[in-house]
Amino acid sequence: MNFRVHVRVMPRTGLLDPQGQAVEHALAALGFGEADDVRVGRAIELHVAAPTRAEAEARTRQMCDKLLANPVTEDYLLQVEES
Amino acid sequence: MLDVAVVRFPGSNCDFDALRAAERVGANGYFVWHRENHLRGADVVLLPGGFSYGDYLRSGAIARFSPVMQAGRRHAEAGGPVLGICNGFQILCEAHLLPGALMRNAGLTFVSKPVDVIVERADTPFTSAYEANERLRLPVAHGDGRFVATDDTLRELEAESRVVLRYVAASEASPYQPNPNGSANHIAGICNPAGNVVGIMPHPERAADPLLGLGDGAGFFTSFSKATVR
Repeated sequence: MNFRVHVRVMPRTGLLDPQGQAVEHALAALGFGEADDVRVGRAIELHVAAPTRAEAEARTRQMCDKLLANPVTEDYLLQVEES
Repeated sequence: MLDVAVVRFPGSNCDFDALRAAERVGANGYFVWHRENHLRGADVVLLPGGFSYGDYLRSGAIARFSPVMQAGRRHAEAGGPVLGICNGFQILCEAHLLPGALMRNAGLTFVSKPVDVIVERADTPFTSAYEANERLRLPVAHGDGRFVATDDTLRELEAESRVVLRYVAASEASPYQPNPNGSANHIAGICNPAGNVVGIMPHPERAADPLLGLGDGAGFFTSFSKATVR
């Protein structure tokens, strides 16, 4: 089966995210003062061929642990859907 | 003669500076391309600065998987001296040969200027030409230079005295901003427990020739030329 996997990689909570801060300041300057706790991460999408959804997720987790995310500074979330 | 391999990735741009700095101390310096899977018997490995693989994904993240880095890992694990400068430091962290990671500068801008650092370890293969606590002025040029690590790792680095270079404290008189990137504990460079793998953000190879106006970096190269002569 083929799965479409959406990977969301975010800077770990508690670590300084200067990009998020800069965007937050820019939003405030544009009149969106209600925007708070802005964080900037990265989205990665990929097709994964696997026998089951669980297998697709397990393999993508390995990809994240080895390459797609840095375990020191980033956390990731997976969303797997059939394609 | 001392054989010094300067590893080149697509996007390395301090490779010639590193080669020249090694040759200035009488070493036999040569380039090794990232697709090669051995280092041709190198005594010392230099991972130069630049933007390997375009900094795609994260600085140093892709270079870690290149064939030459597998050879670099074997060299490092056998106790061979490895110096990662700037992007080379980022690669060593991504390869887990050094702990922690290098993130976007706190000020978000690319910083290119001289900084003042203190040599806290003068017994590595790359810093033995210096005195402990010697103060150096070296150029930095990076966008991702903010060293971060878990609290446990930071405590370990400090307890084991593995901070090789530290930006001078804000209280010390320096014409330059004390910490250019917001790194944890003002860390500018660290080493592995054995001390043979060193990663630093400043560029000693750009300050290794008096003709360039800064000579403080030359010691990184004279250090290994003395320490590892066979």
